[in-house]
Amino acid sequence: MNTLTIPSIHYLTILPVLIFFGSSLLLLIASAMWRRSVPMGFSTSLTVLTSAAVMVVTYFQWRGLDKSGASTTVAHAVVLDGFSVVATAAIALSVGLAALVAHDWALRENVRGPEYQILAMASSAGAILMTQANDLIVIFLGLEILSLGLYVLVALDRRKSESAEASLKYFILGGFASAIFIYGAALLYGATGSTNLTTISYFLGSNVLLKPGLLVAGGALLLVGFAFKVAAVPFHMWSPDVYEGAPTPVTGFMASIVKVGAFAALIRVMISGLGTQLGTWRPILWVLIVLTTLVGAALGLPQRNAKRLLAYSSINHAGFILIGVWAGTARGSAALLFYLVTYAPTVVATFAIVTVMGGLGDERHSLESYRGLARRQPWLGASLAVLLLSQLGAPLTAGFYAKYSVLAAAVDSGGSILALIALLSAAIAASFYLRWTVVLYAEPDEELDGSRVIVPRGTAIAIGVGVVLTLLFGVWPGPLVTLAQHATVYFLP
Amino acid sequence: MHSSLWLSALIALPLIGAMVSMLVRKIPGASYAVAVGVGALEVVLSLIVAVLYKSNVTGAQGFDFVSRHVVSAPLGLAYDVALDGLSLLMVVLTALVLLLSLLGGRDKRREPAFVSWLLILTGLTMGAFVAHDVLEFFIFFELTLVPCYFIISGWGGAERARAALKFFLYTFTASASLLIGILYMGFAYQHQHPTLALTFSYGAMAATAMSHATAVWLFIAFAVAFGAKAPVWPLHTWSPLTYAEAPTAGSIELSALLAKLGSYGLLRFAVGLLPVAQVSVRPYVMTLAVIGILYGSTLAVVAKDLKRFVAYSSLAQMSFITLGIMSGSTIGVTGAVLLMFNHGIITIGFFLIIGFLERRRASIQIADFSGLQGPAPVLAGLFTVAMLASIGLPGLSGFISEYLILIGTFTTHAWWSVVASLGVLASAVYLLWAYQRVFHGRAQGANADIMDATAGERWVLVPVVVLIVVLGVFPKPVLDRITPSVHNFVTQVATASVTK
Repeated sequence: MNTLTIPSIHYLTILPVLIFFGSSLLLLIASAMWRRSVPMGFSTSLTVLTSAAVMVVTYFQWRGLDKSGASTTVAHAVVLDGFSVVATAAIALSVGLAALVAHDWALRENVRGPEYQILAMASSAGAILMTQANDLIVIFLGLEILSLGLYVLVALDRRKSESAEASLKYFILGGFASAIFIYGAALLYGATGSTNLTTISYFLGSNVLLKPGLLVAGGALLLVGFAFKVAAVPFHMWSPDVYEGAPTPVTGFMASIVKVGAFAALIRVMISGLGTQLGTWRPILWVLIVLTTLVGAALGLPQRNAKRLLAYSSINHAGFILIGVWAGTARGSAALLFYLVTYAPTVVATFAIVTVMGGLGDERHSLESYRGLARRQPWLGASLAVLLLSQLGAPLTAGFYAKYSVLAAAVDSGGSILALIALLSAAIAASFYLRWTVVLYAEPDEELDGSRVIVPRGTAIAIGVGVVLTLLFGVWPGPLVTLAQHATVYFLP
Repeated sequence: MHSSLWLSALIALPLIGAMVSMLVRKIPGASYAVAVGVGALEVVLSLIVAVLYKSNVTGAQGFDFVSRHVVSAPLGLAYDVALDGLSLLMVVLTALVLLLSLLGGRDKRREPAFVSWLLILTGLTMGAFVAHDVLEFFIFFELTLVPCYFIISGWGGAERARAALKFFLYTFTASASLLIGILYMGFAYQHQHPTLALTFSYGAMAATAMSHATAVWLFIAFAVAFGAKAPVWPLHTWSPLTYAEAPTAGSIELSALLAKLGSYGLLRFAVGLLPVAQVSVRPYVMTLAVIGILYGSTLAVVAKDLKRFVAYSSLAQMSFITLGIMSGSTIGVTGAVLLMFNHGIITIGFFLIIGFLERRRASIQIADFSGLQGPAPVLAGLFTVAMLASIGLPGLSGFISEYLILIGTFTTHAWWSVVASLGVLASAVYLLWAYQRVFHGRAQGANADIMDATAGERWVLVPVVVLIVVLGVFPKPVLDRITPSVHNFVTQVATASVTK
């Protein structure tokens, strides 16, 4: 009879996941035990403190890496390496900032209750698990934990039918994607005899598959699953509707942490697991990138709604981040990490501004409602301009170096044409970012309600942190680039 | 060798000035005063640098004020500045353009923001001209788009939003190929020298070995970006609308200065780094330049408003510069470098006068004016000087530079030179005809009461006229400073194109 052997567990490795999950549970229990509803201040502070705690833990993880290098634990299913540590820190930061924005939004919309924070922390645990996963099953677990929370979060505003509609759409399509992903994992298991990425890589390195059909099919299905999560064309259909329907702070949260989690897992599967099959998946990814960058940029052009526009913008960005995977080198991985770390706070701050601009009811999202914002409220307008210019890729903002480093990685790996196409798509995308910026600085329209919007303190902090980081890494990218490069030195295997 | 701090100061001073003028924005007029002060200081500084410059610093290949600091090794990012005869005049021009466009193109709407953008633009342009690292140049080159965009879209004419967007997208798209080209060269060099860190320094790029076909592709990639900026036919289509819609100071910055970033880039980076390709693409680029000369001259004849008129005549002049750059002779390149400066000065004159007219009549339509010579003789006189210099009247600055270009081109590519010289003729036609329509005839209605140039307006144009005359009569001191570098540059290009 088989006995169940408990694998040894290195707790520091999984501490960020445990902290987020523990906090989430704690809040859940507290909300059940509390006589009346949990005060908003309590649940938000708990989330922010939890995020801060996780960031402190990542510091100790990083110190540990310097001493003993990367390691795996829980039967080699979970990894502690520089890549996961940096990605975890980025997720924790985004969660903290998004929590502040959601708090102010909930007060404004009178959607009181700790649900947002509970679900956001649970989702973040999933995202962090994805960055650390070294096993297809664990990736799947992370993906599901991440997604389940998000399905509910998207429907958080129960009074709005769009919110429910978006949630249902996201849930059904997300369910399909998960099924496709797990089917791909099963086929890969059939082809290689393992779901562990290191074992898969070892097997593929030491054996020649005479009939690679199963492997190719499995890999392709995994790619489709990921492509859905990061909204790569042609699996992007859900994203504009969900971005638009979801409550704005949820959109910001989703846009940042899903990207970090999913891309971190994707690059681990592609490089750690299927690195030997570079020649097979690269051409597929090439097509995917070209489609994603161009379609994202082109479909963004006619948009008149800020949230839909940002959805297409994030599709375009997904294409750029995929270039880091395509490169298949340490430079590519470092570029991808740099991109994620800078993109996450930028996008949270952008959606924070969209949240406050949405006004009561979260409905004023037409670009016209931004007319003259920079004249009325120079700081808010300038912040949005900086964030948009960063997403455009203007120099002196973090977005420039993010784009620059993935393109450099592509050119280094012989992808000059790919880099050129992507950059041309950025030029197309530039026109919608600029159109928005023009509106910001245009003469205010007398007809429209020209009143100032109120920026609550928490949201102001989130915006401020996002803008400062965007400018800081734009003016002085050196340390973060070096950090990203070090992080991939520890990248397993 | 002189300290590179001089060049850093030239970059930093306007940027600091921009910050200060934003800080004092609450005090009426203070921002403008700060900006003018900074502009004057910048001119003085640039003249000091021009006087200090030594072309014979050992081991620096004609460069002075050299220094290099690596900012981020993994990105290949470095702060690297240097000055030689090719960039010397551009540095002076950058400073002059700032000061004169501030003095002559004052715009009192939201003035603190306006002068700050102008100062920022100057700092960035200065950075691009003294950059000695290709990536660094690209960053400055690209960054100049942001202030330009805000100046045009914030202070331009009725169609400013469209003009600004068109300008930005055109240049941004074109520079995509430049960035990829730069990256390609950088990694080609790194793959050839795997032990070295990623670098985009000018010297390393020039030493990159590459096949002829690769070099041609890279040249095309570079030329597209610089050609769109200059503009060179057929990449010029953004310029008439943008020049016409921009505020006076914006038009001056764009045509007198930023256009030169295009021709300077073409000379320094496309020709300088890809000498192998230069020989085989030369006839094609020169043909485009000749087409541009004829095309620009023709459209200048039929242009309906004064700013479009200058835009088309600039297209012709920029094509002359391109012709000189591609001529491959020391004389031709010297002429091109000189014309870059002279065209800048002449264009400042044109746009300032057009701005003065616009202030008086709120119109720039040629048809709205006639007989201004009577009520405004001084304005007419000043316009005449700029016009005659632009035509290339001997004794004024335009003559010597166009003459050098045509001779230089004639020695290497005679037929192109012959056709291009028709452009000189054409410029006389369109300029004189425009002058005739605006200043001759009988002044009626609003034209009769037009005010002549005020004292302030005259003083702003004094430096322009002085430079036009001095450089026309006695260009030797300037030529002496630029010729060694140009000679060195042309020789290197010529040897490299043979040996590689």
